[in-house]
Amino acid sequence: MRRREGLAKLTGSEKYIDDLSIPGCLWGMAARSPVPRGIIRQIHFAKDFNWSEFVVVDHRDIPGTNEIFMIQNDQPVLAADRVMHIHEPVVLLAHPDRQACRHAINQISFDIDPLPAALDYRKVPTTEQIQYASDNVFAHLSVTKGDVEQAFKDAPHVIQGIYETGAQEHVYLENQGMAAWFDDQGVLTVQGSMQCPYYVVNALKHALKLDESRVRVIQSPTGGGFGGKEDYPSNLACYAALLALKAQQPVKIIYDREEDLAATTKRHPARLKHRTAVDDQGRLIAQDIEMIIDGGAYVTLSPVVLSRGIIHAAGPYACDHVRIEGKAMLSNSVPFGAFRGFGVPQAAFAMERHMDHIARTLGIDAVEMRRRNLIRDGQSLSTGQVINDGTDRVALMDLALKESGWAGHIKDHAAFNQTHPYLRKGMGLACIYHGSGFTGSGEVHLASKLHVAGLSDGRIEIRSANTEIGQGMLTVFTRIASHRLGLEPEQIVIAEADTSRVPNSGPTVASRTTMVAGKLVENACSDLLDQLGLPVHETGQVVVDAITAWHLDNPGQELVGTAQYRQPPGINWDDKTYKGDAYGTYGWATYIARVQVDLRTCTTTVLDFHAVQEIGTVINNTLATGQIQGGVVQGIGWALMEECCFREGAMINNQLTNYIIPTASDVPGISVSFLENPYEHGAMGAKGLGELPMDGPAPAIANAVADALSQLLIDQPDTIPLTPERIMSLTTPIHA
Amino acid sequence: MSTNTCTNPITISLTLNSKPLSIAVDPAERLLDTLRYQLGLTGTKEGCAEGECGACTVLIDDQPANACLVLTCQLAGRFVRTIESINVDTLHHMHEQGTTQCGACTPGVVMCAQWINEHQDVLKHQSLRQLMSGNLCRCTGYDGIILGIEKTLNETNPATAHKDPR
Ligand code: FES
Ligand code: FES
Repeated sequence: MRRREGLAKLTGSEKYIDDLSIPGCLWGMAARSPVPRGIIRQIHFAKDFNWSEFVVVDHRDIPGTNEIFMIQNDQPVLAADRVMHIHEPVVLLAHPDRQACRHAINQISFDIDPLPAALDYRKVPTTEQIQYASDNVFAHLSVTKGDVEQAFKDAPHVIQGIYETGAQEHVYLENQGMAAWFDDQGVLTVQGSMQCPYYVVNALKHALKLDESRVRVIQSPTGGGFGGKEDYPSNLACYAALLALKAQQPVKIIYDREEDLAATTKRHPARLKHRTAVDDQGRLIAQDIEMIIDGGAYVTLSPVVLSRGIIHAAGPYACDHVRIEGKAMLSNSVPFGAFRGFGVPQAAFAMERHMDHIARTLGIDAVEMRRRNLIRDGQSLSTGQVINDGTDRVALMDLALKESGWAGHIKDHAAFNQTHPYLRKGMGLACIYHGSGFTGSGEVHLASKLHVAGLSDGRIEIRSANTEIGQGMLTVFTRIASHRLGLEPEQIVIAEADTSRVPNSGPTVASRTTMVAGKLVENACSDLLDQLGLPVHETGQVVVDAITAWHLDNPGQELVGTAQYRQPPGINWDDKTYKGDAYGTYGWATYIARVQVDLRTCTTTVLDFHAVQEIGTVINNTLATGQIQGGVVQGIGWALMEECCFREGAMINNQLTNYIIPTASDVPGISVSFLENPYEHGAMGAKGLGELPMDGPAPAIANAVADALSQLLIDQPDTIPLTPERIMSLTTPIHA
Repeated sequence: MSTNTCTNPITISLTLNSKPLSIAVDPAERLLDTLRYQLGLTGTKEGCAEGECGACTVLIDDQPANACLVLTCQLAGRFVRTIESINVDTLHHMHEQGTTQCGACTPGVVMCAQWINEHQDVLKHQSLRQLMSGNLCRCTGYDGIILGIEKTLNETNPATAHKDPR
């Protein structure tokens, strides 16, 4: 099945929020803090400027609580007495003319008494830098299994490593944007680019002091999210709504690229330390891991990112003794946030670099090292979760090795590297896994609801708050319902994600949409059949006829099948001890990169890339393949070129001219293969897939670079991105 | 809603999507804004506003151009084509091959592909990946784009079947 909204996107007729013409609409914009931390003394509005044309909003105009509703609600909508990072919004302006708005922002200046800022999350803060609890630690989480201390005492080898990853920008091609207006009854409507409409509802209720019946949120077609439009759209929604409230006119805020890069979230920078006890054969005896992530100025989503990160930090391996300590630290930067992978890419980079490090130290082949440790059915992960899904992870790795021509290339490269004056080739692999859906009891707390309505013309309408952000949700939900009820795709309507019409089926995050919400589509279809008095496996025209007949009998009424999430049996998780089944299921993969480093320029080219994964049933091959390829290329960017440069906690290369993402000519074709092992509790047997491809590329590439440069390295490529500058600093000069 | 209140408009005539057009614009107005906010042709997107992403690609006198870097007042007598001029029947291969995901880069990609299709000789000098490297896409990893364009080119010109060498 082709992408449902594909032609609208290809012809440019799809209407994103910036494409929507709203009569009488003003443009909104924010004036932001120029310093990383300080006490606001005064805000100056230039004297010789006509402010009467502008709507001006500050924290005193907030009718509700000056907080962005999230985990800890510590981020203000607008800074009141203090600022915590550069670009923190303090004042909002609206005007019919966008240029006038831009101009006016520069007529506002701030009188701020600076305070000592915490600018390096890796350093223990000084007393003056403490701004949260007693130590600037937002969250401290740990996983323990077995007896780590004892295991280290008896170990023949102990191998250590430190690994660092940098921030990464989402660079969704459509910048953040939001519009807000009040109707005559005082009902607020907010429409825009977002992943999670009900997060926005909650934020508006909290900051605008409105009850749910007075808030309506509509998702516009969204030009990419990748996590960047998980929580941050709540901020824009509050800004636009506050301006609209004061102006009594619609207000639209569309960030331009510079503002978007400077003022919105990024992937958490992270540092991981591994200390590992191994036997002579390279079998893991004990793992002691520390993971520190940079949370930025406010808590936002950092604790949950850290949680997923540490749960995955020990890798897809069997090890009896594991201790993982994780910390999310405050720093005076724009908060770091959700980004595809959600803590796992950082953890996987460290683990898979470390596996190569152990192998190299012991003189064991990197593949053998993994073969000896990959988790087999019946063994347990670090949380004690016993894996018994029937997936052969060693066979999966072997398939990847075969498809990539591993053995042949290794031989060819040895000969090539001996003779070529300045090119070096190498290969690297990474074995990765990613838990599908929310961590632990997350789905239980969400208790998502979804509806499937039978319409009077016999079609059905799926009503969910899950959003199409490019990943193909419209097409996949259509396929799931058409498969369940034996209907043609045209007989299935997907309701706009408008909270006045759709129930809260949960956020579009955590690779949960297909697996979890898709399952709710199936179950709501079953409920619909039940209400029609049809047997549970009835399909096709009988269903259509029953729906139309029902409407003839019940004119003007709604026929709605409902479903609510229920945890599958046999999943046990303890939030307090971090023990048990952290996820209902996992996707598994082996990724292999082949690279070439040019010693003259220190540039790295990915020659080919193979991604082999087991993600349950593949519901739509084109969409699934596209997700993997897109994720891999984001991973290549993060590994080799994407570098956020910070000064005083603010991104200073906030333009696509100097924040570089891969172009078509920077990457090879990405080869993708699937093994299918249906997951009984996922829609049609599907597991999550969207994040897995972000986890594997960086370690595979860094391992390949280490392989290519093995004769030349004075330091290991354990920090990414591996820009030419970094490669140069790791190698002895070619002509030395 | 405007982006710009103008005090000194200039009136120019050009051909837009094969139709003559006379329009009064601020001398500082970008073609991108004229298209989107004055003419309601919102298919052309803004991704970066500095010529890096190609989301705003249009054809001016048959050459691809970034509409965010062109002032409308420079276009007197020129021929401009936007995504709105594209015949939907030419898009089925791209639809099938996963050329679009979120769609924000897509109109720019389609316009560049249209230009390549009309000037297939350029493929003698540069690979399709090189020719498409002015259009950033954050979703597809480019395989779906390259494949969709290859199939489209092969349909228009089967004699010189194109295949991504990588
Ligand atoms: S908006 Fe014109 S090139 Fe990006
Ligand atoms: S399809 Fe989303 S940026 Fe290309």
